[in-house]
Amino acid sequence: MSDGTIDAATFAELQESAGTDFVKELVQTFLEEAPAMLAELREALAAGNADAFRRAAHSLKSNSLTFGALPLGVLARELELGGFDAARRSNALDVLETEYTRAAQALEALCRG
Amino acid sequence: MAEPDPPIARLLVADDNKVNRLLLTRGLELQGHSVSCAENGRIALELLRREPFDLLLLDIEMPEMDGFQVLEQLTADPKLRDLPVIVTSSLEGLDNIVRCIELGAEDYLPKPVNAVLLKARIGASLEKKRLRDLQKELVRRFATSEVAQDLEQSGFALGGRHVRGSVMFSDIRGFTALVESQPPEETIELLNAYYALMFDAINDHGGVVNQMIGDGLMAIFGAPLPMVDHGVAAVRAALEMVEKVGLLNTRRLAIAKPAIRIGVGIATGELVAGYTGTQKRATYTCIGDTVNLAARLEEHTKTAHRTILIDSATRDALGGHMPVELLGAVSLRGKALPVEVYAVSGPIA
Repeated sequence: MSDGTIDAATFAELQESAGTDFVKELVQTFLEEAPAMLAELREALAAGNADAFRRAAHSLKSNSLTFGALPLGVLARELELGGFDAARRSNALDVLETEYTRAAQALEALCRG
Repeated sequence: MAEPDPPIARLLVADDNKVNRLLLTRGLELQGHSVSCAENGRIALELLRREPFDLLLLDIEMPEMDGFQVLEQLTADPKLRDLPVIVTSSLEGLDNIVRCIELGAEDYLPKPVNAVLLKARIGASLEKKRLRDLQKELVRRFATSEVAQDLEQSGFALGGRHVRGSVMFSDIRGFTALVESQPPEETIELLNAYYALMFDAINDHGGVVNQMIGDGLMAIFGAPLPMVDHGVAAVRAALEMVEKVGLLNTRRLAIAKPAIRIGVGIATGELVAGYTGTQKRATYTCIGDTVNLAARLEEHTKTAHRTILIDSATRDALGGHMPVELLGAVSLRGKALPVEVYAVSGPIA
C-alpha cells in the first residue's frame, strides 16, 4: 500500500512463502482474532492486569509484523514495552484502534487484489 | 534449489497466537514435517509427555505457562531434556534471548520467522538430535543400565573436556595362536563368554567399556561420570577380571580346552573426554597421554610376564592399600622418558 499501512515487500514475501490462498485465510484469522486482543488491552488496563496487557500487546505486535503492518506493529510495541504508563499517558489505545482499522481495510484490499 | 530436504520429523508448535500457529504449521508442513500444536506451555508439556516428538518450536509469551517455564521443566525431565527446542518469538531485549539459550534452547529465531532460515535451523537441530540419540544408544550398549541412566540424568557432555580418570587396556595373551588352533565358532563363543565376564567386572566397579578390538578392550573410570576413587576402582576391576578368567579357565580345563591368560594396563591422569565420530558413527572416548600410557603398559605385560601393570599415578591412588611391586623405570614405545612401572600382585581386601 502506498500509504505505508502495509509494507508491500513483507506482504508479498509472506504470500510467496506460504501461498496466496493460505495468506487470505491467515488474514481472515487475524481479523477475527485482533478485536479480542484490542478488547483485552482495555480490559487488562481496567483490571490492572499488567501481564495480560503485555501479552495482548505482544501478540498484536507479532501479528502486525507478520503481515507487514509496520505502523500498527510500532504502536503495539510501544504498549508492550511501556505498559500501563504508555497507555494512560496519551490516547494510545484510541490511536492503536484507528490504525488497526486502517490496517484491516488495507489487508482486505490486498487479499482481494 | 538443489538443497537436500531435512528429514521428515514430528514437530510440536507451542504458541498462544492463532495466526502464529497457523503460519508456523503451514511453513513446516510445506517442508514435509508432521505438526501438532499447543496453545500454551502447559498443554505443550502434556503433549510432550504423552507422545514422542523430534523438536519443539516454542513461543515465550504465553498464558498459564510461558516458554521460560517450559524450558525449565524440560531441563528437569530426564526423558525430555535432550529434545531440541527452537524458540520463535518477538521477545524484546537481548537478555531474554540469552535467558532462552541459558535455559537450554538450541536456537532462537525472531518473529516473523523467515522460512528459509527456519528450514535450515530445523534441519541442523534434527541432525544434532539424531547424533545424540545415536550416542545414547552406543553408551547404553556399552554401559550398564545404571550408568546409562546416570549419564542421561547428568547430561551428555558434547565436545571434548578435560577430566581426571583412569584408563584400562586389556587383552588375551596368545590369542592369535589360540584362534588358529580352534574352529572359528569356538573362538566367537570364547570371546562372548570372555566379554560378558569382563564387562561385568568393569561395570561392577563403575567403569565404562568404550572400545573392543578383537580380544582387546578399553575401559574408562571417572568419565563420562566423575568418580572419586577411579584409580582404586580400575585396579579392583582388573583383579576381578583376573579372578573371573580363572573361573572361566576352570570350566575350560574341565572340557579339555586350553586356559587363557589376560594382560591389563592401567594409567591415571588427565584425559580429554568426549564424543567423537562422524554423522554415521559416534562414540564416547578419551584421548591423551594417559590413554597411550595405559595401552603401552598393557603391551608391556608380555615382556614383564605380569598380569596387571600400573603407572605411578595409579599406584599413588591406591594409597598403600594394595600390595604393588616396583618393576623399575621402563622405556615404553612413544614415551621420551622411561616410566616407572608397578605390578599389582594380588587381591587384598
